[in-house]
Amino acid sequence: MAALFEGFTLCGVVSGSARAEAALLGVEAEREEDRVVVTDCGRSVTVYKVSDQKPLGSWHVRQGQSLTCPAVWSSRSGEYVAVTDSRVIRIWKDDDTTFEKTFKATVCADVARIHAAADSEPVVLFARGAVRMLDALLEAPQQPIEEVLSEEEVIRWSCSLVEGKQLVTIFTTEQKEDCYLYLQRFNPNSLHKYKLETGESRARPLSLCATVRNQSIKLLCLYSSGCLYQSVLSMRGTIQDGVQLLPRTLLLRLPVEDGHLSSASVVSLDEGNLAMVGVPHPSASAGKEFLCIWNTNFQTLQAAKELTGRIYGQLWSYSGRLYVPHGKALTVIPYECERSSLATALGRLQQDRSDGSKPVTTVVSWNTLLHEDTIQHQKGARGVETRQSKSRKSQMTSLLTVDQVLEKIKSASEDSVTRDVEMILSGTADPELQLVVGRLASQLVSRCQSDSAFYPHHTLAQLVHTRCVCHSLCPNLLMLALEKKDYSLAQLCLQHFPDIPEAVTCACLKAFLDAEESDLQTENLEPDSVSFMEGMVAVCKRDGALENGFSPVLLEEDSCDVNAPTTRAKGKADWLVLDMPCPVGVKKAALLNEILQTAHTDSFLLPHLKDLTAQQVVLFLQYLQFLYLKYYQDISAQAPGLRSPTVTQIMDWVCSTLDAHFTVLVMLPEARDLLFQLHKFVRSQVRLICELGKIQGSLQDLHKLKQTEDADLYSIEVIELF
Amino acid sequence: MGEFKVHRVRFFGYMPSGIRCMSFNERAERLALGRLDGTLEIFNFKDSFYQEKVIPGNDSRSVEAVCWVAERLFTAGLNGEITEYDLENLCPKYSLDAFGGPIWTVACNAQGTHLAVGCEDGSIKLFEILPEKIRFERNLDRQKGRVLSLSWHESGTRIAAGMLDMIRIFDVQSGHATHRMLVDRGVSGMRNHECVVWCVAFLSDLTVISTDSSGKVQVWNAAMGILSSTHLVSKSDVLSLAVSKDESSFVVGTSEGTVVQFQFLANILGGDEKAWVRTKTFKPHTHDVRALAEIGTAVVSGGQSVLQDLQLLFLCHALLSYRLNTTNFPCAGMLLFQFPAQLEVWRLGESEGRGEIWAFVYYLSNHHCLKGEKWIPFQGEDHISCSAISPCGGWLAYSTVSSLRVYRLQCDEHVSISKVPKLPKVLRSAHQLSFSDDSSKLFAASTHSMVHVISLSQSECKHLHTFKPKSGSTEPVHLLAASKDGKWLAAANRGCEIHIYNLHKLKPHCTVPIYGSCPTAMGIHPTSNNLLMVHADRQIFEYSIVEKQYTDWSRRVQREGLHKLWLERDTPVTHVTFNPRNAAQFMLHDTYMFCIIDQSLPLPDNKCQFYNQITLKSLSEQERLSHAHAFKMCTKYQHLLFLGLLDDESLVVVQRPLTDIASQLPAPVRLKKFAT
Repeated sequence: MAALFEGFTLCGVVSGSARAEAALLGVEAEREEDRVVVTDCGRSVTVYKVSDQKPLGSWHVRQGQSLTCPAVWSSRSGEYVAVTDSRVIRIWKDDDTTFEKTFKATVCADVARIHAAADSEPVVLFARGAVRMLDALLEAPQQPIEEVLSEEEVIRWSCSLVEGKQLVTIFTTEQKEDCYLYLQRFNPNSLHKYKLETGESRARPLSLCATVRNQSIKLLCLYSSGCLYQSVLSMRGTIQDGVQLLPRTLLLRLPVEDGHLSSASVVSLDEGNLAMVGVPHPSASAGKEFLCIWNTNFQTLQAAKELTGRIYGQLWSYSGRLYVPHGKALTVIPYECERSSLATALGRLQQDRSDGSKPVTTVVSWNTLLHEDTIQHQKGARGVETRQSKSRKSQMTSLLTVDQVLEKIKSASEDSVTRDVEMILSGTADPELQLVVGRLASQLVSRCQSDSAFYPHHTLAQLVHTRCVCHSLCPNLLMLALEKKDYSLAQLCLQHFPDIPEAVTCACLKAFLDAEESDLQTENLEPDSVSFMEGMVAVCKRDGALENGFSPVLLEEDSCDVNAPTTRAKGKADWLVLDMPCPVGVKKAALLNEILQTAHTDSFLLPHLKDLTAQQVVLFLQYLQFLYLKYYQDISAQAPGLRSPTVTQIMDWVCSTLDAHFTVLVMLPEARDLLFQLHKFVRSQVRLICELGKIQGSLQDLHKLKQTEDADLYSIEVIELF
Repeated sequence: MGEFKVHRVRFFGYMPSGIRCMSFNERAERLALGRLDGTLEIFNFKDSFYQEKVIPGNDSRSVEAVCWVAERLFTAGLNGEITEYDLENLCPKYSLDAFGGPIWTVACNAQGTHLAVGCEDGSIKLFEILPEKIRFERNLDRQKGRVLSLSWHESGTRIAAGMLDMIRIFDVQSGHATHRMLVDRGVSGMRNHECVVWCVAFLSDLTVISTDSSGKVQVWNAAMGILSSTHLVSKSDVLSLAVSKDESSFVVGTSEGTVVQFQFLANILGGDEKAWVRTKTFKPHTHDVRALAEIGTAVVSGGQSVLQDLQLLFLCHALLSYRLNTTNFPCAGMLLFQFPAQLEVWRLGESEGRGEIWAFVYYLSNHHCLKGEKWIPFQGEDHISCSAISPCGGWLAYSTVSSLRVYRLQCDEHVSISKVPKLPKVLRSAHQLSFSDDSSKLFAASTHSMVHVISLSQSECKHLHTFKPKSGSTEPVHLLAASKDGKWLAAANRGCEIHIYNLHKLKPHCTVPIYGSCPTAMGIHPTSNNLLMVHADRQIFEYSIVEKQYTDWSRRVQREGLHKLWLERDTPVTHVTFNPRNAAQFMLHDTYMFCIIDQSLPLPDNKCQFYNQITLKSLSEQERLSHAHAFKMCTKYQHLLFLGLLDDESLVVVQRPLTDIASQLPAPVRLKKFAT
């Protein structure tokens, strides 16, 4: 987990509106961890002791001159190096009080930057792309400097890295719309040029950040589209000619409100974490600027801190502190990155959710997304560019986008649609999946509705299996399945959709009750539910010995209720028919079980239940009675692990059905026995509870009896010892 | 074995007094414990935690603090006096008024040269400890507010004093206070109440630990006079504190009955930086924990409460340590109950048609002035140290630290009691009293292990003889046993010696070989005249007085060893009785069981089932014989104080259930429990 701590202001930032693009020329590390060199846009270089928030030394250039490059500290020589007026290199030490008496050397080309990587010779990068070591340059300041870059190329970013003795300088350039990356290696000197991909959206690289580890340079590049890519370069490259495309992988796709970021900066903190400024916080309102720490491994926001005032898209990180200019101050924010684990990453995510804010991954409302479909189209560009698809792009020339598939669904044959959808599903990453699946499903359903011959069962089942579809997303899917008598799909939907309206539930119930058993025989239902029902029926066939010696028949004997002369005449064994056969087939029962397990509200269910015909009601009640008796006889029928309705659910449905059709059932002769049986059975259970209550009373009395034993002050008793 | 008729007596309303303070003597491994009624008790931790000595209290004396100085014991109390005790005669040796008002605390320095007392008037007084007495040396700077707790630094140059709202550190040399550390009053509701610093402890690294009335445990740096850390332990007072010898842990006791342990642990495993960390919480009590002592791996906690649970770590003697000989039982169907300041006599009588019933006979208090007796109030009212009733029921004797009285008791239709005048002058006080079996003689164990023999008759009391032990031991006698035939008298003293005297010849007969553990109960067999002894470590010996050697049975016991479950029992055997029906059987009891030991049966070895009564019950007669062993345990009666035999050979058990005691205690500090 990463955390940002309370920050403090190091110094003020003088910035007129004219210099809007940058607040400071730069913040560079000094010899100690606690010291930094701050070069402001005007004329001064200041060394600060950070923990004390105190300047240790400050140097100004004369009126008329200006600093054009951030001052750096050269640890080799123990001197500061800066450039004034693009061509004058100035070198000074702590003791020097003013610039006037310090060493200066004028070179014959404009200097872009001076870099001083740790423990290595400072490197001078000229505006036209030439690179010189500082020492070599100072030996002959007026030496000619070659031009590497073409006329219109401008250096945007540069840095210098060192590992072991190997020193490299990396800089990026921009030429019209194209961006290039140059990698300058020393000893032997070599220069490599790479082209930075900008993609279809013409996204511009905004900020780069390079780290080196194990001889490989990890380059993070934040594009104005909000995508963060990672490229890996080797420290010791092989010699290659020509301009190559820099390979890249997508690390993060950050939420960007209006399509493009204007100014942002990224700094890598450790392997997994990076700090960003200028990128909007996913759950904060617009207009607020945040400093965020993101974890690239888990793609989660680890910590965020709001920054007041405008930000400049500048961010530095030295020895556990982030330096970010915003508003009128340079703020130092200490941070901490611990080793991330999935658990901590998820923990933070959940916390965010419980705060009431939106989750970190941007899930936009389904409706808006669907309706804005066309707008998205026009914006183009937002295809599915994910790591998987990207990596495959080189091999597969014709990768279909979602939009193409959607288009295809409208007309293509069932087979090709199935194939295409499968391909899309396998190539889509998780956050994208919900969007894609929703759109595909609604498109497929509308095609099916319009074209009765078209019904890709497998594709629809596959889509439901992703668990990314729900009823409100694709309201016609379940009805379509019923229409097509595709009971297995209906079962899937009932299992996976959390939001089926009561009306649809009742429609399903009706359809299932009416379904022909012969139709169902061929249906390929979910095996678990079927095996559960098979087990149940097997129990039913087993010799129905009562457990624990309990016999409800005996209980009923002393009942004074004699309203059932017919059953009594049949004999005691039939008094309560515990061993009733299953009134429906196994597959139908499995389907009905799914109905029983759906979420519903009684008051919404009742009006729709009234639509059932009397025959349906009787059949349903018989089935419910069967289930209830089974559960009552054999508690192990509720096998753990298997999806099965609970006793409470069964009772709820019995009550709802009786409520809805009571008057009808009372009048119906064939329902009479059924009602009578139910009534008797419930009565016997109520009596059982009463008896248990009595036993509880006497058990409690026993308990009391034991306590009072010791209360007497005096007693005479007889004990026997052996 | 057979059936026994048991009279189960639970009307003995004895209320033990709460524990006020404790002090542990490392060298002697003895724990001194002061009760609210002024009684001092000494427990020997070397000898199975046996309650070795009891110094009876006095109404006018209170014990607020107790302190060991080498082998000497000092207490100080709210009467403003410092008292040293004579541990051989079990009485106060001398008292010295500190002239500073009530004394709240007393502490001795590590060198054992000075005693510091904290007084109500805010002064801390230093006393020099001399071989025979203590002498006032000087006062430290007087402060405002009472001094409630004191602790010396190891070096003896500084003292930490806990006062109201503050802790002060004194320099002993100059007598000036060097630091003044203010204690926060706690939560806002308590701002108006002073914060009482109940305990302080000065550690050798100049750390001071304090506990106070607002529920805090604070750790201070006394070198700088600053607070290092605060631990909120309780919502009410934290009353007691004990630091382990190596100063790596301490325990505190709260008025809610919890005991909390703190340990000095490294912040990071294996790191150097250490801090006091709250580690364990126990709730052994229902009421205040007023006193604590940390002894190696054990913690002793005491207060005014009933134990809830006896934990292994906690050797709790809160209330269970009944004073010895609180009841006394002769064969005439009478029970004598001894309270700290009164005696009760009960008799088994006949009521019309309802069988036997116990009748309250007489109540005797040492405040009580008998008719015709001239009442001489002695300074303060000493509590009764021992009492006895004669087997015929005609004589009653009791003793306090300062006086001994014998009464003639006549209970026919009406009860009449008269004090026996003109007792022999040797009878000043007694540690233990006993009557001979024919009630003609009174044996009184006196100072220097002497036993006086007094002959009793209607007309007069005559001093017959005084037995002195040959060994010259000065330890007090705590057990006396006379033989039924009136020939032998055995006397056991706290020095583990048992001397046997011949009453006919009035000469010492022999000395039983000394065993390392103190005898807790003994009796002489009525027919064989064998002396049966049970020691604090629960070993049983039988010694033939006539042959002057251990009996064969005793040797067999030693050879085969006792069952480990027997040796593991944690309360001492307090009485021995012989079964008149069977000469080979005798009965023992401790607080939680009684047992009948049959010498004719084989001894149980460690492999066989020790508590076998339930098993035996389920077996047939023949099988029982093969399974039976000598120990017939009965754990039906708990919290047993006494077990004896009546004339008709029925048993009498006297119980004092802990629940009865708990019901009479004041309500504890109200604790908010979940969902109440």
